[in-house]
Amino acid sequence: MTALWSLFLSAAFVDNMPLTLFLGLCTFLALSRRPESAFGLGIAMTGVLGVTVPLNWLIYQGLLAPGAWAWAGQPELDLSYLSLIAFIGVIAATVQLLEMLLDRFFPAIHAAFGVFLPLLTVQCAILAGSLFMVDRGYDFPQSVVFGLGSGFGFAVAVVMLGAIRTRLAYAHLPAGLRGLGIAFVLTGIMSLGFASFAQMAMSQ
Amino acid sequence: MAARVDFWATLTDPLIRQNPVTLQILGICSALAVTTSLATALTMSVSLTVVLTLSAVLISLIRRHIPDSIRLIVQIIIVASLVIVIDQILQAYLAEISRSLSIYVSLITTNCLVLGRTEAYARHHAPLPAAVDAIGNGLGYSLILLLIGGVRELFGRGALFGWPVMPLAEAGGWFTPLGLMLLAPSAFFLLGGLVWAIRSLWPDQTEAPEHPPLPRTEPAE
Repeated sequence: MTALWSLFLSAAFVDNMPLTLFLGLCTFLALSRRPESAFGLGIAMTGVLGVTVPLNWLIYQGLLAPGAWAWAGQPELDLSYLSLIAFIGVIAATVQLLEMLLDRFFPAIHAAFGVFLPLLTVQCAILAGSLFMVDRGYDFPQSVVFGLGSGFGFAVAVVMLGAIRTRLAYAHLPAGLRGLGIAFVLTGIMSLGFASFAQMAMSQ
Repeated sequence: MAARVDFWATLTDPLIRQNPVTLQILGICSALAVTTSLATALTMSVSLTVVLTLSAVLISLIRRHIPDSIRLIVQIIIVASLVIVIDQILQAYLAEISRSLSIYVSLITTNCLVLGRTEAYARHHAPLPAAVDAIGNGLGYSLILLLIGGVRELFGRGALFGWPVMPLAEAGGWFTPLGLMLLAPSAFFLLGGLVWAIRSLWPDQTEAPEHPPLPRTEPAE
């Protein structure tokens, strides 16, 4: 249990997707101008990552990994090079399905997601979650925890940045720093803060 | 018939005036992660430019036959297939660099720059202008990557492309490397500073303030 919990914490803080691994920055910067949109993005990221990483684990182990087709008499078949296309397809389908389900059964949550859900199909961070899962050889419980942890870390970072940028709305910034420039500097400072988590270790 | 596309402007605009990273805010995701050294930055730049150009040409060739409802999936599948090929080539011929790039080459699939340009330009233009636009944006992206990668490697390791430029103190020289340059925050600061510099020199790229700033009040003496 502690191993999964420490995996959650490391996915959320030590290997924070936008601040440490530079993943998902386009939407991170675009949707962090207001805390409300940042919050919606964070919720959507956590949901989609928490679903797609385990789902892609199933797809990878069942169909694509070396030796996955041993039951059909093809143990040497290695389709792992197709994982990129497979993962993208799964992510696109999941996002579409999630949107339809939410719209039908939980319209309030669907309204909270807003327009961000379809946007996540082409988010670097979502695909990266699945690619890291393959790269590090997680098993099923680990992939669930890793997906949720990464999404949670993304949500924390984007809401923090949204809160800071709102307070800068009336600030006297140099013209060249307005908007994108100051967002990068802020992200850098936040990243510096999160770098301290690299020293974080689970006490036994 | 559409007006003749100005090829030179299409090629050079994305270098500064319409730079994908600093103005269009595209392609940042994989841009910063690979800039710890010039070798990886260059590999990434070339890979992205190749994928961008080939996918722009391919999508431009079939642009009249893609149904509008599935165009995003079609574009993504094309880009993903190209990325798989590029990834295999890199793993075969540049194994060391491929290992240090890890998943970031695969992430070109969802790179906002590639999908952004195919969606905005290649879908509506003939293959040759689309290719020129793709090469131009690739060059603009590469410029930023190489600048940041160069600064980070120079001050973080005292080397460029692995060749020692400033001898390190441990090796008997005089240069103590700035460790921060090898960490994530430095890329953000450098890019922020670069954006600031570009927008100071070309003020038409600055963004309008969201709200008029509050009037300054002098402190009572």
